[in-house]
Amino acid sequence: MIRKLSYSQAINEALALEMERDSSVVVMGEDVCGGRGTDEPLDAWGGVLGVTKGLYAKFGDRVMDTPISESAFIGAAIGAAACGMRPVAELMFIDFLGVCLDQIANQAAKFRYMFGGKAETPVVIRTMIGGGFRAAAQHSQCWYPIFTHIPGLKVVVPSSPQDAKGLLITAIRDNDPVIFCEHKALYGIKGEVPEGSYTIPFGQANIVRPGKDVTIVALGLMVHKATQAATALAKDGIECEIVDPRTTSPLDTAKILESVRKTGRLVVVDEASGRCGMAADISAMVAQQAFASLKAQIEMVTPPFTPPPFSPVLEDAYLPDAEKVQAAVKAVLGT
Amino acid sequence: MAKPNSPIRLHVPEPAFRPGDTPDFSSLDIPAAGSVRRPTVDVSPEEIRDLAYGIIRVLDDAGAAVGPWDEALDSATAIRGLRYMMKTRVYDQRMVMAQRQGKTSFYMQCTGEEAVAVAQQMALQLGDMHFPTYRQQGLLIAAEHPLEELACQVFSNPGDVLQGRQLPVMYSFRDSGFFSISGNLGTQYVQAVGWAMASAIKGDSKIAAGWIGEGATAENDFHSALLYASVYNPPVILNVVNNQWAISTFQGLAAGDSATFASRAHGYGLASLRADGNDFLAVHAVSRWAAERARCGFGPTLIEWVTYRVAAHSTSDDPSQYRPQGEASAWPLGDPVERFKQHLIGRGVWSEELHAKAQEQIETEVRQAVRRAESLGTLNSGSKPSIKEMFEDVYKEMPPHLRKQRQQLGV
Repeated sequence: MIRKLSYSQAINEALALEMERDSSVVVMGEDVCGGRGTDEPLDAWGGVLGVTKGLYAKFGDRVMDTPISESAFIGAAIGAAACGMRPVAELMFIDFLGVCLDQIANQAAKFRYMFGGKAETPVVIRTMIGGGFRAAAQHSQCWYPIFTHIPGLKVVVPSSPQDAKGLLITAIRDNDPVIFCEHKALYGIKGEVPEGSYTIPFGQANIVRPGKDVTIVALGLMVHKATQAATALAKDGIECEIVDPRTTSPLDTAKILESVRKTGRLVVVDEASGRCGMAADISAMVAQQAFASLKAQIEMVTPPFTPPPFSPVLEDAYLPDAEKVQAAVKAVLGT
Repeated sequence: MAKPNSPIRLHVPEPAFRPGDTPDFSSLDIPAAGSVRRPTVDVSPEEIRDLAYGIIRVLDDAGAAVGPWDEALDSATAIRGLRYMMKTRVYDQRMVMAQRQGKTSFYMQCTGEEAVAVAQQMALQLGDMHFPTYRQQGLLIAAEHPLEELACQVFSNPGDVLQGRQLPVMYSFRDSGFFSISGNLGTQYVQAVGWAMASAIKGDSKIAAGWIGEGATAENDFHSALLYASVYNPPVILNVVNNQWAISTFQGLAAGDSATFASRAHGYGLASLRADGNDFLAVHAVSRWAAERARCGFGPTLIEWVTYRVAAHSTSDDPSQYRPQGEASAWPLGDPVERFKQHLIGRGVWSEELHAKAQEQIETEVRQAVRRAESLGTLNSGSKPSIKEMFEDVYKEMPPHLRKQRQQLGV
């Protein structure tokens, strides 16, 4: 039996393996170790949710706590990447994007293009996304569609420990800027994770569950909500096929289209806003390229068009859940 | 000495003490109380550059008020200040207990930093606006804002004026001059400057006070705020609360090894002072000086309050992991409540008996206020906000797309 690791352990292991393999890989961000100043290595924090814990003890100065300035450490990471390092910078919450977007969107994303192909920026920005943590409007958002909108960035949204490890190793070895979006509600989930190094290529969707009646496309935590819904629907004889694109840029359009051509029905579940988000993007792509295969309207399951509220009652109502996915599946089936 | 062209080493500041070490602050340069001069409020920033490196102190080690910054604050006001600090601490203790009991998910205490917010609030006027960060609950308590409303926000119950939309402790009470608290650091600092600019544009006499922790001075917003403060000379007080720790990161990582936070103002040509944040009388006098300077049209003042974060960063933090036990008690500027209490006893207007009685009375008052809030519900019990609230308070008439989304949620 393959051993089980949590999503956060899998990410930690990927970082450690790559740091061992390649001395140009460095980790930087706010409270990523909480150490220094002791004879014995101390990493009191290891990131706000402990994901980088233990790395400082193993790799010392290659794990750096930074001053609280996202534009500074993201900008510095990009500068270091352009000079041959492979920094993994931690943007604590994706909600902090506002103070460093220029460095990412107008610098890192465009270096290779603007410099006539003569520059590489192998930087990874690890960041936390998502709700369910009662972290309110400024710490619960799912802003990967903003990055997906920008040419020059690769965007990863892993849903399982196994994917998180393989995709992070790919991200670190990639020669372009990668935004690696970790769902904070997934850190504790466990799953089988192979030992040693392995990579999962970008742009290859995972068929999480095969089915013939309805295609459900979901990312991150929503893969789990979709799976709950599919399990419940299976009792009524409805077979859902769950497609997890794993990366939103590049997007595996072929596998999504193949599934929709088979089922003729599409539900897209996304925790990001429905407006200009992944659900709208994937729906438009399918409507354009597989219109003739569709037997029913496409359904999008996304939160209301409001900021994420704090109150547990409000947040639970806000987030897509298995019940809402089931209702959408039934809607496309006309039942 | 290293030769040119030999390998260069990156310098990373390190804290002096970590768990297991014996904290020793003897290298911290603390001038004697009363030794730092008090300039007139119209002084030019260049003339007081040295004040960004000293520490303005009024209370001496024996608890006496000494030196040019002693305003001879009347006893009734002083006792009121002490009681506000005590109330702030009792409220914090009560809410941490509530968090442990599952009545809320999150809380942030200001233990050891009570003087900074309480005394500044008392030095400002009704109508002035604070742009706080998350450890200035003392501003609300000194403004006598009903405690019950604070507790309702923390419990996210139907009495919460923010309708369950904001993280616990991120209060917002316009009438008490408390703008709001941002979960994302630093943003309020520039807003304070903008508010002060508006006050000047309108020809008003109100002033703004921006608040930021020493760690967050690394954010761009801090530097942008100083820039605008220097260009437009608006009536604003720029507070930097240096409590030594930004979660696990010590203050040196935000300042570097050779600068004070107060000295950051010099590059912008701003007036800057550095003061003992655990000395109620120093905070009151220095705040009043800066407020008067702003109100007279002489412009902004940056003030670094030297203090110490005694409690954890938040209920999600465990400081014993990264700093030594006993660091708080080794902190050389002491405890603001204890120091002010000793001063008032020395003045002959307070006593251990009066203090114990006040403590008891405040505990009862806080307990009752929190109980009233609890009776409206807590995070996990009692009545809850309606799901409808998610859609309210933004549009006068709800647009069709939101009406539809609300209907889909069955409310």
